[in-house]
Amino acid sequence: MSFIELKNLGKSYDKQRSKAVSDVNLTIDKGDFVVLVGPSGCGKSTTLRMLAGLEEITDGEFYFEGQLYNQLSPQQRGFAMVFQNYALYPHLTVYENIAFPLRIRKLKKTELDAKVRQAAELLELSGLLSRRPAELSGGQKQRVAIGSAIVRDPHLFLMDEPLSNLDAKLREQMRRVIASLHQSLGTTVVYVTHDQVEAMTLGSKIVVMNRGKVQQVDSPSQLYQHPANMFTASFIGSPSINFLEVNMLKRPDAYQLISGPSILRLTNQQGERLAQRGFSEAPFILGVRPGDISLVPTNGQEDMRVKIISRELLGSKMVLYTENKHSRLTVLSPVNYKLFSGQEIGLRFDLVKALAFDSQSEENLFSSLSSSPAETSHNQEKASV
Amino acid sequence: MSQAKKNIPQLQKRKARHSFPLLILNLICGLFMLFPLLYAVSIAFMPSSELFNMDLNLLPKQPTLENFASALSKMPLGRFILNSFIVSLAITGGQIISCSLAAFAFSFLDFKGKDGLFMLIMATMMIPGEATIISNYLTVSSWQWLESYKVLIVPYLTSAMGIFLFRQFYQNFPISLYEAARMDGCSNLRFIVTILLPLSKPAIGAMAVYTFINAWNMFMWPLLVTSSEKMRTVQIGISMLDSVDSKSLTMMIAGVVLIILPSISIFILGQKQLIKGMFNGAVKG
Repeated sequence: MSFIELKNLGKSYDKQRSKAVSDVNLTIDKGDFVVLVGPSGCGKSTTLRMLAGLEEITDGEFYFEGQLYNQLSPQQRGFAMVFQNYALYPHLTVYENIAFPLRIRKLKKTELDAKVRQAAELLELSGLLSRRPAELSGGQKQRVAIGSAIVRDPHLFLMDEPLSNLDAKLREQMRRVIASLHQSLGTTVVYVTHDQVEAMTLGSKIVVMNRGKVQQVDSPSQLYQHPANMFTASFIGSPSINFLEVNMLKRPDAYQLISGPSILRLTNQQGERLAQRGFSEAPFILGVRPGDISLVPTNGQEDMRVKIISRELLGSKMVLYTENKHSRLTVLSPVNYKLFSGQEIGLRFDLVKALAFDSQSEENLFSSLSSSPAETSHNQEKASV
Repeated sequence: MSQAKKNIPQLQKRKARHSFPLLILNLICGLFMLFPLLYAVSIAFMPSSELFNMDLNLLPKQPTLENFASALSKMPLGRFILNSFIVSLAITGGQIISCSLAAFAFSFLDFKGKDGLFMLIMATMMIPGEATIISNYLTVSSWQWLESYKVLIVPYLTSAMGIFLFRQFYQNFPISLYEAARMDGCSNLRFIVTILLPLSKPAIGAMAVYTFINAWNMFMWPLLVTSSEKMRTVQIGISMLDSVDSKSLTMMIAGVVLIILPSISIFILGQKQLIKGMFNGAVKG
């Protein structure tokens, strides 16, 4: 029996035929940090709110420790939730805000006081207990919201984009607070975000969603290295992965990829794998991360020749947006101030980590190639999600 | 820097110069509108001989309290004021409770026929009270309720206007606070008492002032259902001064001045809340 099990969970609204969320299958173990990630409107918040009981489950089942929870009210479920807009009670002090769930449970005064102060200590709020929410900064408000959630030792901790109202620096700081809280408390967390960096840094298990459907469930590294489809590949990783439409040609000594006038070399292992799947002559989509492309002089040795359209400085690296007649490519390169827009440059591709996708189904054609057998079976179990 | 510092008083001066004519205009309009009221107060202090001569007497030449004394002796004004207070307070309290609960259901809960029911309630605002007053009278008299506080209070314990006002206010209430309270394990009633009502003070204030003044000024219904002096409210009581054998205009006006004091003071006390509440409900919604 797993801690939490979702079976074909779905949500449809009365007058709408299309489903906001459909067929979510997911198992969550105790202590997991599960992140639901996806673009806005993908159904991740709806899924979370169904777990919370704030949204009615219209399809499928939600089991918590083996018990069907579909019909229970939020009060009966006993989960804690942190909202994007903090949802603090404006007329109560920080102390009372944190104590509120305990007061409802009619805790003894001394016990309540001890718990509130302990939570405040943990979140560095001890000096602010007598203030009201209006007198706090965004980061402090969010810590109070987290405080009132942890103070009652919930079975499950739900977070709905808790950091998206904070500025970048504070977000980074709060990310670390949440990560260390999860470590010290060991509570199971389900966390919703649209920010892939938050998902990658916090999650032990990431659920990528798009248009109400789960695309992939995996660990952060697996998600990055072995995305199940083009959506996951493009959603995870920044700058976004490049897609090239290519044809494969089998030469006696190598597998070549043809993209316009350019010829790229695939490793034999990759080529054989694709050939096995029947792509020896058929076109498919090649996925190359911006970091796997390097700049070379335009001396005829390059893999591809492109023109720079624009550049973005990231600090230690720079992002170049380039194009030629056949493709547009994003390149992550060391900082070089001599590069200018409109300049022609040569690119070299490192295809060892390249991905290949079916142009129809958009699925990863290498999906079970580079993972070890154990991981593969694990993946497939999750991939059914 | 110094330039900017110099500019500030100049700006203020210019602003003052602009607003001065407006202030005068406002004062004139204000006086014009308040004139009947102020004149009534002035008459209340006049001996009746001064009122009925040919000169225009705006202010009493020999101010007297006699009118108040005779108004108080002619009728049990204290009893009337007490009755009115009991009735008005009960109606105000009842309306705040019933309307806020109904509005809570309409804005936070989901149930079948919610919109239809709300439309029905709103539709009752279109029915003039006079249209139902006879059937209401027949109902309460068949219950033997005449001549009692409950007949004055119970029919007015809720109002469509109040439900509408609260609902408008709750429309702007962040729904995530309600959801957070539910996640915290809070029941609906507890949410209303500990979270919603403390945060709805402006709406409650507006509602209280509006309802109290309306209840205080009620005339038709109390006239119909009460007849003894013991149960009469002030508005009926004051009309008793206007009997054939005790016709004194100055005394009547003194009585009027006495009974508008409570409603005016309630309004002054609550006007900030009233305006804030009306604004909250109407403009933001």
